[in-house]
Amino acid sequence: MVRGTNVYGILRAPRAASTEALVLTAPCTEGPRNNQAVGLLLALAAYFRGQIYWAKDIIFLVNEHDLLGMEAWLEAYHDVNLTEIQSSGPLGRAGAIQAAVSLELSSDVVTSLDVAVEGLNGQLPNLDLVNLFHAFCQKNGLLCTIQGKLPRPDGDSLPAYARSLQTLLLMVLAQASGRPHGDHGLFLRYRIEAVTLRGINSFRQYKYDMTTLGKTLEGMFRKLNNLLERLHQSYFFYLLPSLSRFVSIGLYMPAFGFIILVLILKISFWGAGGPRRGQDPSPPLLPLPKDPHRPHHPLPVISRQESRPGLLALVPPVLICHAAGLALYFLPVLGQRVATQHFPVSEAEAVVLTLIAIYVAGMALPHNTHRWGVTGGSDQGWVTLKLVTLLYLALQLACLALLNFSLGFVLAATMVPAAAAVRPTGPK
Amino acid sequence: VCTSRFWFNYRHVANTLSVYRSVKRLGIPDSHIVLMLADDMACNPRNPKPATVFSHKNMELNVYGDDVEVDYRSYEVTVENFLRVLTGRIPPSTPRSKRLLSDDRSNILIYMTGHGGNGFLKFQDSEEITNVELADAFEQMWQKRRYNELLFIIDTCQGASMYERFYSPNIMALASSQVGEDSLSHQPDLGIGVHLMDRYTFYVLEFLEEIHPASQTNMNDLFQVCPKSLCVSTPGHRTDLFQRDPQNVLITDFFGSVRKVEITTETISLDSDLGGFESKLPKEELATEPLKYAEQLPVAQIIHQKPKQKDWHPPGGFILGLWALIIMVFFKTYGIKHMKHIF
Repeated sequence: MVRGTNVYGILRAPRAASTEALVLTAPCTEGPRNNQAVGLLLALAAYFRGQIYWAKDIIFLVNEHDLLGMEAWLEAYHDVNLTEIQSSGPLGRAGAIQAAVSLELSSDVVTSLDVAVEGLNGQLPNLDLVNLFHAFCQKNGLLCTIQGKLPRPDGDSLPAYARSLQTLLLMVLAQASGRPHGDHGLFLRYRIEAVTLRGINSFRQYKYDMTTLGKTLEGMFRKLNNLLERLHQSYFFYLLPSLSRFVSIGLYMPAFGFIILVLILKISFWGAGGPRRGQDPSPPLLPLPKDPHRPHHPLPVISRQESRPGLLALVPPVLICHAAGLALYFLPVLGQRVATQHFPVSEAEAVVLTLIAIYVAGMALPHNTHRWGVTGGSDQGWVTLKLVTLLYLALQLACLALLNFSLGFVLAATMVPAAAAVRPTGPK
Repeated sequence: VCTSRFWFNYRHVANTLSVYRSVKRLGIPDSHIVLMLADDMACNPRNPKPATVFSHKNMELNVYGDDVEVDYRSYEVTVENFLRVLTGRIPPSTPRSKRLLSDDRSNILIYMTGHGGNGFLKFQDSEEITNVELADAFEQMWQKRRYNELLFIIDTCQGASMYERFYSPNIMALASSQVGEDSLSHQPDLGIGVHLMDRYTFYVLEFLEEIHPASQTNMNDLFQVCPKSLCVSTPGHRTDLFQRDPQNVLITDFFGSVRKVEITTETISLDSDLGGFESKLPKEELATEPLKYAEQLPVAQIIHQKPKQKDWHPPGGFILGLWALIIMVFFKTYGIKHMKHIF
């Protein structure tokens, strides 16, 4: 049971109706990870209060317990109930939130400012917000990075490409994990563009103080203030090899499409009966030896239609796989309570151990259940099962790539070669 | 007329207000000016200097002042209202300040600014006025004798396309750019954060600042304002519909309210035998019946015409095909022997 308190203040725009708002938030984490951000937040609040050009209200938020507090505040603000978090209702409201910036600073001088864009389930803010950050960093001479990597100054050489590729792959991994890399990730579900800015204090010589950071943030907020519409002009789906370059969805989806194409080709291959279409490479099932003591039985012509199992026989394996998936989804959480009562394990350990147990049991499933499966193991049955599973895999990966491209891509890159290389045969 | 709203179109409001200011300075009163502004920049919450609209960098010149009278504001600036003002087809409840009370001796100056394209001008981000509509509105004005001479200035992208379609007499037109060119803005102000004026209007304003009510500058000088080196776009003008030579047209004919007043110090005595003047009218004038108002206009000829006889054309392919189909179906069903009953 986790309890917490969020503190927030609203700076009302002096001459505008409070219809829109911007949010500046500093998560109040324990430890030294974020002990300077609140100071900068308060300084900016004091400065913004003296300006008269605000057309949107500005909300300054300090949330406890990072993501939990952020989610609680967002749910209370928008009056929804997505998770089971209970909160005392919102005490003050400021209109529709247009954009949000989350600050994480661990020291009062920084050598560079890092931006994190990946949000919950791989959602990303509008690319315009990243461009805005980059533009203001350049204007104030601040060093800014993404994924903690600096672009190399020599733009077109091989090491520079390698570094861009490394940054890109880091972003793919970060997006595939589905974990929000900063408090901003929770704003994206409400279609509020948000980024997290992290101050990094490395061993570089040249350090920037809070004034430069404050100027950059002030510029960003003034620009967001002048906006008349939500950020929608730039891309929502992109990958960033560096802060000044991006790969849009139109360029990276074909790569995924080619991987799925491999699956489709395999499907059509096996769907046509596989290599059995022309000649018969595998030996016939029951080779009748030419025994002079037995009468001649003509070898049955093995045609494509021979002993093709009905689709009904495919249902058990599919059902069992689905049951295993459902077990993986529900049982760990259900079993965690039971496990903590009876075993001396913590809740996180209980969840992980249940997961591992179900995985190991699942690996033994084909061996235990294949005799309920397709016609006692005929090759034709296995081919049909393979066909169905390939189709299923292709559909699942395509849907997954639409939701979280990186996750779909990573899974496809690992699963498709394995799925395509395996040849379905019965137990020998 | 300023046709665009939103904070980043600050410069269009500043353009319009600058021309308004010049025109007022040269003597035209507010009752003779219809000012249409599509958005309120002075009181916009994003304006760091509230109640001001600047047209110069470093905020030298506040064109808003405290004697600006906006007749059509914000959402009242629509194509319909604009055309109604021009043609005079206004509901009777409209106040006098919102009407164009002109007659056939008035010279009218129309200045429009905003975003435009090839053949249209965008009003309020949701509708457009085309050059054809504008030309027809001017023709209506001509037929209703609502102007003597008309000067049309437009500062938008591809502005020259707006005056291509004019066909009424006594119109002179100026535009800030040709078809295919964009009109560019002059300078951004770093304190306010937006561009303050468009180039063409900026140089026109500089030109107008030197005009005083007695100046004799003529239209040819206005045509020279803002050459391509300063304006990047090529300003254009159209004078073929105008009856006088632009050389002889004073700027103050349109921009100022100047009466031809000549002050004399000697007395002029009026003769007492002016009363017999009327008898000198020729008596052999034809007694014409008094013409009704509507009959003076070309519309009368159209109304009293007889409908023209249309020439007879043979039936087209469709009708022929349809009848051929019907006949074919008829003979297919009932057999060919019925043919001889037809003929």
